[in-house]
Amino acid sequence: MRSDKQNRTPMGLKIAAGIGLAFLHLPILLIFLYAFTTEDKSYQFPPPGLTLKWFAVTWNRPDVWEALSLSVRVASISTVVALVLGTLCAAAISQTKFFGREAISLLVILPIALPGIITGISLRSAFNLAEIPFSFWTIVLGHATFCVVVVYNNAVARFRRVSGSLIEASMDLGADGFQTFRHVILPNIGTALLAGGMLAFALSFDEVIVTTFTAGQQATLPIWMLEELVRPRQRPVTNVVAMVVVLVTFLPILAAYYLTRDGDQISGQGK
Amino acid sequence: MSSAASAPSAAMLPGRGGLGGALSDAFWRNPKLLLFVMLTPPLLWLGIIYLGSLFALLIQSFFSIDEFSGLVVREFTLKTYGELLRPSNLDIIVRTVTMAGLVTIASAIIAFPIAYFAARYAKGRWKAVFYLGVMLPLWSSYLVKVYAWKLILAKEGILSWIFDKLHLTFLIEGWLALPVVGGNSLSVSLTGTFLVFVYVWLPFMILPVQAALERVPGNLLEASADLGASPRQTFVNVLLPLALPGIIAGSIFTFSLTLGDYIIPQIIGTSHRFIGMAVYAHQGTAGNIPLAAAFTVVPVVIMGIYLWLAKRAGAFNAL
Repeated sequence: MRSDKQNRTPMGLKIAAGIGLAFLHLPILLIFLYAFTTEDKSYQFPPPGLTLKWFAVTWNRPDVWEALSLSVRVASISTVVALVLGTLCAAAISQTKFFGREAISLLVILPIALPGIITGISLRSAFNLAEIPFSFWTIVLGHATFCVVVVYNNAVARFRRVSGSLIEASMDLGADGFQTFRHVILPNIGTALLAGGMLAFALSFDEVIVTTFTAGQQATLPIWMLEELVRPRQRPVTNVVAMVVVLVTFLPILAAYYLTRDGDQISGQGK
Repeated sequence: MSSAASAPSAAMLPGRGGLGGALSDAFWRNPKLLLFVMLTPPLLWLGIIYLGSLFALLIQSFFSIDEFSGLVVREFTLKTYGELLRPSNLDIIVRTVTMAGLVTIASAIIAFPIAYFAARYAKGRWKAVFYLGVMLPLWSSYLVKVYAWKLILAKEGILSWIFDKLHLTFLIEGWLALPVVGGNSLSVSLTGTFLVFVYVWLPFMILPVQAALERVPGNLLEASADLGASPRQTFVNVLLPLALPGIIAGSIFTFSLTLGDYIIPQIIGTSHRFIGMAVYAHQGTAGNIPLAAAFTVVPVVIMGIYLWLAKRAGAFNAL
């Protein structure tokens, strides 16, 4: 009889899980409230009044637009590089067995397993030693390095499910390697790549620690926010930008979830 | 076709024409060539750019800085590592490791009920709600999350307001009056730093714990109960040992991420430094790259030991 009791959810567990989830989400919801506050000198709660005017103010800020544009460009290029490198690596690792395979998968994961500050400072000192000036491309270099792993994780999980006999069948039926890739492999791994690409984009769009070392004087959106956090100057504008960033990053994550929902999971554990 | 005539496959099929066809044939006949072509770009990128930079940094940690000119002396020495043992630098290391340990323990305690509920009781739609409920905070902007806590912990913020409405303000004031954990307000105290660390890294603990718990068969718990164990005994003797690899896997993230972070303690915290802040300060205005490099070796060594212990505990199967 005691086993029957176990199948109902204990009240204490329900409450603890509920509080835990609330702890994860309430702070983010608070951002939405603050975007509408009329108070612009402090973080007063409850807000003395609500207004939409800060959205207009933010809309007319060239520095916000420049930071946003730089972030989007960096994230796009990094995602493309990560897609190519990550897919190649995943294909090689999952389709063949060779000496040093474990070492390569470790190498891919390393940039994200080590604290970001180590990646950042080592890239920066390498740029110094090689006398490479900071530019758009130094940011991309750093971002693509840690974005590879996200694409790789998603692609490897999917490659494991693509049966090798499918590829052999395609070749037996006369398709060459490129045709097989285009018509057999790509349709099978397409959604996994799309999901990996979206997560890579979100990761790059949000990255701040490595970027502080590789950006020089340029400001991506997270760097812009960091400056506002360290020395608050325009709190209302920061509130609005924070809210927009939350909304913008939610979309690719939701999309990636729906793309990989059946079967394997989104490999987000390695952020 | 003529060039491929000697290959065994040509006995059955004619070779393909054109450059693409020839390449395709070559890859099919010689899979090692394909492997080589596939692996070269990622290995060039990660092996040369990334590993190269890491090694360059490691080498620089064995250089030292000339105390008079402030220039880096490129001679092999252990002097810089000796500087790590100065009381002020040891303080930073001890503070960071203690914080990482406490954050890990707190994350494990908060994560467990969420992971257990999601793994065992959530079905169908609720399963998706829990999954996204963890994924969305995990992936939403790091800085926005830190910013949200700046709003919460501010003196005029929501937390003070709630405690004021409950007439419990003396609790916060009493806590802030304590040494070490206290401060002028929550947003400039180590308590604040701790809360934000736990918040930001919590999802990294939930996911592996949930993965470990999902592998625990439900009838094992029923058997334990049928054999007369109280829920507490079942938890301690059955559930916890089975969840431990997941907790250790999660702790790798919470521990490593706390060790390397320098933004959270800079925005919400006291003037006491953490390893990341020391690295940032030494490589920046101070220009002391060797000491900064030696400081970065500390978390790497700590994580190396930690990973080795975790591997022995079988945590990697839960990742």
